[in-house]
Amino acid sequence: MCAFTEGESASEHRGAATGNTDRRSFLGVLLGVGSALVGALLAVPLLRFALFPLIRRTTDVKFSPLGPVTDFASLSEPVVRTIEIDQIDGWRKAVSQRAVYITKDRAGKLLVLTSICPHLGCTVPWKKERNQFVCPCHGGTFLPDGTRVSGPSLRGMDALETSIQDGQLSVRFQYFRQLVSDKEIVG
Amino acid sequence: MHKEPQTTIEGSAPASGIRAWIDRRTGIDALLRGALDEPIPGGARFAYIFGSGLLFLFISQVITGVFLALYYVPSADHAHTTVAYITKAVTAGSFLRSLHAYGASAMVVVMLMHLSQTYFYGAYKGHRELLWLSGCVLFSLILGMAFTGYLLPWDQRAYFATAVGANAASEVPSVGETIKRLMRGGNEMGTLTISRFFVAHVFLIPTCIFAIVAAHIFFFRKAGAAGPVDEHPTAPVQTAEMFYPRQVLMDLSLTTLLIAALAFLSVLYPVNLGPPANPADTQYIPRPEWYYLPIFQWLKYWHGSLSVVGVLVIPGIVIAAIIALPFLDRSVERRPWKRPTAMTAYAVVALSLIGLGMRSHYSDRADAGVAQQLVKQDEEEETYMSKPFEPELSSASLAASNVSLGDPVAAKGKIVFEGQTCNACHGDGGVGTAAAPALTGVGKKLSVEQMQHLLSHPTDKMTSGGMPAVDLSSSDLTSLIAYVRSLQ
Repeated sequence: MCAFTEGESASEHRGAATGNTDRRSFLGVLLGVGSALVGALLAVPLLRFALFPLIRRTTDVKFSPLGPVTDFASLSEPVVRTIEIDQIDGWRKAVSQRAVYITKDRAGKLLVLTSICPHLGCTVPWKKERNQFVCPCHGGTFLPDGTRVSGPSLRGMDALETSIQDGQLSVRFQYFRQLVSDKEIVG
Repeated sequence: MHKEPQTTIEGSAPASGIRAWIDRRTGIDALLRGALDEPIPGGARFAYIFGSGLLFLFISQVITGVFLALYYVPSADHAHTTVAYITKAVTAGSFLRSLHAYGASAMVVVMLMHLSQTYFYGAYKGHRELLWLSGCVLFSLILGMAFTGYLLPWDQRAYFATAVGANAASEVPSVGETIKRLMRGGNEMGTLTISRFFVAHVFLIPTCIFAIVAAHIFFFRKAGAAGPVDEHPTAPVQTAEMFYPRQVLMDLSLTTLLIAALAFLSVLYPVNLGPPANPADTQYIPRPEWYYLPIFQWLKYWHGSLSVVGVLVIPGIVIAAIIALPFLDRSVERRPWKRPTAMTAYAVVALSLIGLGMRSHYSDRADAGVAQQLVKQDEEEETYMSKPFEPELSSASLAASNVSLGDPVAAKGKIVFEGQTCNACHGDGGVGTAAAPALTGVGKKLSVEQMQHLLSHPTDKMTSGGMPAVDLSSSDLTSLIAYVRSLQ
């Protein structure tokens, strides 16, 4: 490997062996501990950087306008409305459209349902001739107020949070966990 | 050679315990012994720390680079937004990006010191030609990394500096124009240029660096450490000291200093991002990074028929002389004071580069118009940095909101489209999803009659993909078709 003669390297190593072994292993430990400390210190910003999408606070979902309440006063069956929601997707803002149903509960109060099936997330259409919501994927059926009638879903269609201000109806769109019997917000 | 068991780090490999278990399966102790028990004639010195400092910086660049790639997108549309996101929004993003940018400059500095030390110590002599040549290749690769990485943020500074850099290539006679077009991926700087620079910066050059660093270290170990200037290059006589522990500690002190310096710089003076590249800006004065200033200044002096001399002949001679150094300088004399030619040549090249760089810097300051514009450009960067991060509006949402619904029939069709939940599979605005193809532009391929027929009688392929026959009143069907045909 190098141009040393055996004699020279041997004399050098003899000196190293008798007195320096303890010092060498102490320095080795010092080096190891020091490097580990520096490494751990540098790992902190790297981890914070990589985990940013997980620890960032999610932004509040705003209410989307649906129109004047009077438009829906004489509702005889659910009507579909498309709302636009702003989604922050990393470094981009996606304005996506979601369909919601405006309907009435049994007491005749306005109710806004998400069109996403609580079973596996298919978009549920309203079937006028059957007077029911019928999911095209696995055949779940729901009453006009979203109550589950039949099918694999564990709960009825999910009602969204609404607000009425100055006669204007608006809705806060949210996603709910699928395949569970209780409504649970996921974002 | 060094076979005595007592030369190992902590004696020979232990017979029991975890370390012995691992050692029996990996031979790690022998490997470590081989790596650390490298004899250094004349003993450890601070003069020898630059090589491992460079290796550390390269590893740091790889780590920070991989992390930056978590958020970066190499395209003219998104590059600047994603770098702005890293700089302004992501936790520790500005710090890591600054570490990466300052790390690039530090690599050039430490590389020049490594080269100078090798030169002054005559450490290229005595069967070390391949060691020197691989070092020359690494030098150019590191400058290539600096050049390709500089463009990636796609801000004004990056765009214009790289445009000038790529233009310099076209000064090379006959093949220059082709080289320039190859680098840019066309006649203009654009999204293909970013892709090319990204591929070079992230895949091609780093791969070459890994391979040639391995060769460089191999050649170094084969030739052995050269030792001090009064040592014989091939048959050292001075008492040797092993690389471990004192040289390791000295190397580590430079590493620690570099970590501390880069971290402090990154915290105190984070690297700015300027406004997005605007090729239409006629006022912008491009200036390369400091390590390219001498070349930038040099090229200013050569025009017309003489440019061949300035661009090709003179730099060609200098570079060829540097590369051929161990072949030209065959003497075994290593003491600098006994090598007047070599030292004079070094001084001439070094002083020329420093002089050119300083001239470029001070002529910019002397010209009031240029100085003013440069200050303005810095201010524009500051202004841009002070604004909060602005997310990019995605193209799909633009398409969805841009649908022209001036036609009332198409507007009604949009309600039918959404009421029938066509958008569940075909996407909002018919942009397509994983479940079903895009409908945009379908009006150019199919007639109204063909669409009517397909909607009521879907093909087997459509049915198997989950597309049902559409059962609608004729007016709704007409509206739906009008809407789908309006999708672009």
